[in-house]
Amino acid sequence: MNPDLQGRLFEPTAPYLVGREKVREFSRAVFSTNPLNFDPEAARAAGYDDVVAPPTFPVVVQEATLAQLLAEPDGGIDFSMVVHGEQRFSYTRPVVAGDELTATLAVTSIKTLGGNAMVTAESTIVDATGAHVVTATSTLVVRA
Amino acid sequence: MILSVGDVVADHTYSLTRDSLVRYAGASGDFNAIHYRDDVAREVGLPGVLAHGMLTMGVAVQPVVDWLGDRGTITEYGVRFTRPVPVDPLEGASITVLATVGAVSDDDTARIDLTVMFNSETVLGKAQVRVAFV
Repeated sequence: MNPDLQGRLFEPTAPYLVGREKVREFSRAVFSTNPLNFDPEAARAAGYDDVVAPPTFPVVVQEATLAQLLAEPDGGIDFSMVVHGEQRFSYTRPVVAGDELTATLAVTSIKTLGGNAMVTAESTIVDATGAHVVTATSTLVVRA
Repeated sequence: MILSVGDVVADHTYSLTRDSLVRYAGASGDFNAIHYRDDVAREVGLPGVLAHGMLTMGVAVQPVVDWLGDRGTITEYGVRFTRPVPVDPLEGASITVLATVGAVSDDDTARIDLTVMFNSETVLGKAQVRVAFV
């Protein structure tokens, strides 16, 4: 893969509108039993505008940025050789249904080790006002 | 709240089946075929269909969410994917999550460490959740 990707900043993704049913669908898929994920009344009682998404939901929004990385014409990353090594989320607040989220990708580090490359891709996710919601960071191992 | 390092805050077992993987694929948009087709998984040298790493990560934090309730929020969550979780078409895969207090700070924050096991081996490394109490 191309080491010049390090430090590269990508265009923000198209806004992603978080739907209530999508939050419920994702919540069921990760075995959530948390009422805040399903019941708008429970979420409102806890101070949120609508149902709250589970902690790993931002991966759905981050996915568009990883697609940008893999599609980069000079990137040289073969998707079939990519293994997910690490994942991290740093939250300012939880994602809530009704949020319109935009993600901006930065490649913060590329390390090569024995022919394999380790790429750290940081996706900063903000709401419609531009306020930070969560940063999703993936380390991808690109096998030689 | 009063917490001590080493306290067990949650201990839970989850049964993943092939249905769980299809459901997660649809919910997350991750349609990599190694998560639902044995032939494709074997083609790339895997024993068979694997659970999405992000499914394991997503499930593993749920006991912490339930324990925390409305007493606080999660400020950070990170894992390393150290071993794959093969999901047998008949038997499924049973994963256990043990959540213990890893560190407590004076500023009402704590680190919860997750031990996530499949077949008596850990499948996530350095799985840590940072929480802030309100």
